[in-house]
Amino acid sequence: MIILKKAQLESIIDYARKNLPDEACGLLGGYIKNNERTVEKVFFLTNTDHSPEHFSMDPKEQFAAVKDMRKHGYALLGNFHSHPASPARPSVEDKRLAFDPSISYLILSLAEKDPVLKSFKIENKNSQEESITIL
Amino acid sequence: MKITVNGEETVLEKAVNIEELLVITHAETPEYVTVQVNDEFIDRNDFATTLVNDGDSVEYLYFMGGGQL
Repeated sequence: MIILKKAQLESIIDYARKNLPDEACGLLGGYIKNNERTVEKVFFLTNTDHSPEHFSMDPKEQFAAVKDMRKHGYALLGNFHSHPASPARPSVEDKRLAFDPSISYLILSLAEKDPVLKSFKIENKNSQEESITIL
Repeated sequence: MKITVNGEETVLEKAVNIEELLVITHAETPEYVTVQVNDEFIDRNDFATTLVNDGDSVEYLYFMGGGQL
């Protein structure tokens, strides 16, 4: 289970909307206790593809975010990206490019009027949805 | 020699290059990692020829990307 504060969710939605028509992306840092993964900080990264259908995180920003997490004692809990015009489910490309089975992959769909956020664990190109709790 | 890999101190018995270090540290998909040594990006083509020196700080992370299609 991954736990997000309402303000964090809203900031992700805002960031994704500001980046339209392109996909937006970022990282999530926080604490892991038992099976609960609590997000403490959202890192908003540049989609270097600048595309409505693809994203690649800026490696320089990725390194900076990971170092910042380490400085604060946070673990890398997962990443997020938006799907401007498709459902919140991992695409074939999302699964092909998911190299870290230990993290959560969050997808925010902006295809409908109300945004939909879902989280997945992905291993060997197989995805399994996990629950999200919004506090 | 002692180096730091992703923030953790690591002791190596002999000098290694980046390609070898990724194997030693069990990088799951070395072909999809980006590497920095002392905050400098290392070109993938130079992984096999870039030696890690005592006291170096090596960081690597997995490419993160995807798409909605």
